[in-house]
Amino acid sequence: MPEILVFLLIKLILVIVIFALWMTMVPLLIWLERKVIADIQVRLGPNRVGPFGLLQPIADAIKLIMKEDITPALVDKWVYGLAPAMLMVPAFLAIAVIPIGGVVTIGERSFALQIMGLYRGPGLFVPELDAGILLVLALSSLGVYGVVLSGWSSANKYSLLGGMRSSAQMLSYELPLGVALVGPLLLAGTLRLNGVVEAQADYGIWFIVPQLVAFAIFLMSGTAEINRSPFDLPEAEQELIGGYHTEYSSFRFAMFFMAEYVNMVTISAVAATFFLGGYRLFFNDIVWLQPVWFVLKLMAFLYLFIWVRGTLPRVRYDQLMKLGWKVFLPVALGNLLVTGLVIAFSPANTILVMSIVGALLGIATFFGLSYAIVYGLRRRRPESERRVVEPTRAGVSE
Amino acid sequence: MLVQYLPFLVLFIVAVAFAGGAMVLSRLLGPKRPSATKLEPYESGMVPIGGTRGRFPIRFYLVALLFILFDIEIIFLYPWAVIFLEAGAARVFLFFEILVFLGVITVGYVYIWRKGALDWE
Repeated sequence: MPEILVFLLIKLILVIVIFALWMTMVPLLIWLERKVIADIQVRLGPNRVGPFGLLQPIADAIKLIMKEDITPALVDKWVYGLAPAMLMVPAFLAIAVIPIGGVVTIGERSFALQIMGLYRGPGLFVPELDAGILLVLALSSLGVYGVVLSGWSSANKYSLLGGMRSSAQMLSYELPLGVALVGPLLLAGTLRLNGVVEAQADYGIWFIVPQLVAFAIFLMSGTAEINRSPFDLPEAEQELIGGYHTEYSSFRFAMFFMAEYVNMVTISAVAATFFLGGYRLFFNDIVWLQPVWFVLKLMAFLYLFIWVRGTLPRVRYDQLMKLGWKVFLPVALGNLLVTGLVIAFSPANTILVMSIVGALLGIATFFGLSYAIVYGLRRRRPESERRVVEPTRAGVSE
Repeated sequence: MLVQYLPFLVLFIVAVAFAGGAMVLSRLLGPKRPSATKLEPYESGMVPIGGTRGRFPIRFYLVALLFILFDIEIIFLYPWAVIFLEAGAARVFLFFEILVFLGVITVGYVYIWRKGALDWE
């Protein structure tokens, strides 16, 4: 068998395994989300289908497939039909560069547990994709097409406005997301995700400490980028019905949600790779166990997303745009400059200096951002319109 | 080397097959009983008012334009970030170089801020 076929076979298995991993995460995540939010709101959540309601997402998927797929009379048929796929396919493609484990060696061949990862066999050497994280960013930009086209083609004013809003939101938060990632990249010195993981192992510290600010900005912009609560403006039912997917039904409706959950897993995977050391522990371990550490770190982020959704109220649209452009973008650029400054001027033990500076900067930014969000972004009403509401506690007389 | 991109093609085929297959399956399994009311634009049960292809605020267009400008500027940061660590003694020079670059961006940023392009009312 020629080497190229072995290469393709191994890659095909990797594609299927990683694709299957993401596809198992999605229903699991939907179940987890419903259960955790039910817990937060002191109710039971799904508990009828299967043990602990575990099969509920499967039942929902089957139900949605069996439903009537309505194509309203006025829609642009082709664009309307293809838009969900245009959202979903880029979401799936972004998993191509995410490493779920290190380099595995079987006999004379070794390959990374990553779809576009390194492969070394007799007579064939394929390096990891150089573009790395840029591919993820590019594909998350492509997803905007699905949103804006589904909104436009639906021939419904709520869809149109929802599509416009969501795409503007996704575009705006793409910027702080991209800038935030430059900080860890400065320390890693490579765009390859495997390189970023190895750099963290070499430094002996996860980038969450020296790049605390970048981590916070990345996580919050990521939440906005994938339209999750508290930035889930497209789903602001009281304003826009269903947003860009108002007119969709049956499985095409489900595809929007699937794409959202796939994006959520991908953003969590990128966050785990860039800030929590990816698939590596602090010590050298068995390479076959690395996907387990990776999935555990992934789950921590997914739980965080759900927790945030259960806790915070939705922000208003003008606040959302202000936050992205006027707060996150300058803060991310500031973090980038400080990181550059430290690396440029402290040649000895850069990572130690950066960790101390980064942690302090993170704490300062936390208080600064809290202040900005609580006081700065609140729209100042003129004194005459301002209504003073004294906080009263029922049943307590002063 | 083109062979490097073959796994991406495989993933693309799998993703398209999944999305396409699911859509075809739902078309085959689902009922088809269209009625005039079902095919109307959905407005929470109200009779639709006005045209369905409404106009939208020009601000969204402005956001898209600003995004393109800033995104290109951010893309220039990436190659800089990648070579920065290896640069050794040239780091100080590289740092001041990016300071100038970000300075130029900041002028534009302050300009659009002052012009009110970032305000939503």
